[in-house]
Amino acid sequence: MLEVFTLLANWLVYDLLGLSAATKMGDALHFFIEDTTKIFALLIVMIYLIALLRASMNIESVRAWLVGKSRFVGYVMGSLFGAVTPFCSCSSIPLFLGFTSAGIPVGITMSFLLTSPLINEVAIVLLGSLLGWKFTLIYIAVGISVGVFGGIFLDLIRAEKMLQPFAAKAYIEAKQASVMGERRRLNMTERHQFAKDELIDIFSRVWKWVIVGVGLGAALHGFVPEGWFEQHLGQGQWWSVPAAVGLGIPLYSNATGVIPVMESLINKGLPVGTTLAFCMSTVAASFPEFILLKQVMQWKLLAILFCLLLFAFTLVGWIFNGVGLFLFSA
Amino acid sequence: MKTIKVLGSGCSKCEKTAEIITRLAAEAGVEVVVMKETDPAAMMGYGVMSTPAVVIDEQLVHSGSIPHRAEVEAWLAKA
Repeated sequence: MLEVFTLLANWLVYDLLGLSAATKMGDALHFFIEDTTKIFALLIVMIYLIALLRASMNIESVRAWLVGKSRFVGYVMGSLFGAVTPFCSCSSIPLFLGFTSAGIPVGITMSFLLTSPLINEVAIVLLGSLLGWKFTLIYIAVGISVGVFGGIFLDLIRAEKMLQPFAAKAYIEAKQASVMGERRRLNMTERHQFAKDELIDIFSRVWKWVIVGVGLGAALHGFVPEGWFEQHLGQGQWWSVPAAVGLGIPLYSNATGVIPVMESLINKGLPVGTTLAFCMSTVAASFPEFILLKQVMQWKLLAILFCLLLFAFTLVGWIFNGVGLFLFSA
Repeated sequence: MKTIKVLGSGCSKCEKTAEIITRLAAEAGVEVVVMKETDPAAMMGYGVMSTPAVVIDEQLVHSGSIPHRAEVEAWLAKA
């Protein structure tokens, strides 16, 4: 079914523009057109379908569900909810406070916030169509684990003591009784309306990232010599992973922009662990994000969070450089 | 006169929400004061978890998205 996009790109680039597949320009442009058209089509279908399903789910019902759950269930579910709940990073502060003031431990809230940017339907469409289902499953497993273990760690070090005073106070004075999730039954028309709004909202936000990401990917694909990374970083030198993560954390990108770049990096021979570590660290955290979090966290906790992410993604990178060969047999 | 607060951290959606309310109020000839509230502690006070959110005369009426035209008109009609 997806060959139609290859044929479209063939026709546009080779027939209409008369470029040859052997030239760098023709190769890169073909790659760009095939990938963007395919991704746009898949995104439109997926965003709409997922939105239909989750129309009646909102952040209030997630919170109501998480309140008073046992710690272990909390981390796993916090992380899973983070993966499936749509949420814009500009809402992360009110969400953090809303959870905290309901008495949900900081670690569980952070499980949600760490996983949320890493995993969503847009990321899954991109990964599935560019890197295959095996890689997609591994990416999801890693994203959820980072959320779960990050959350557990933050509670172990008693992160709630390192919040800004007003947030710490809200946590201590949490009034659980007042938290009720409202869940309304929606009819099909309302679901369609919600899904249509979501589609327009998400698509208008991500389309430019797809173009930037695929464009960068296409440039890498067409212009970086085959095997360049392999020669320079291909042995998965141990220092290359923390270096990539240290570079990635302050950089801002979202999953949409970075996944097409991942595909090209891997195809050019950058070890899979290094690629995964770099890309996940650009998505999970950024300077703007840290500035936002400063409103509710003290510097000490922010520094710990930074080190935690550095450590977590480095570990992911090393592990996957170790088992990378298995993945490429696909 | 209504006091309408738009709660949010200043992202583009909050700007749009404030702009829509101001414009529709002018069209309907309803006198309003539209303010932006960016203080996280204040948002917590209203129990808001997703922004943009709209508070009319200290009553939370909406949160999580840019409101539809019909919704805004309904709020303004309830003078």
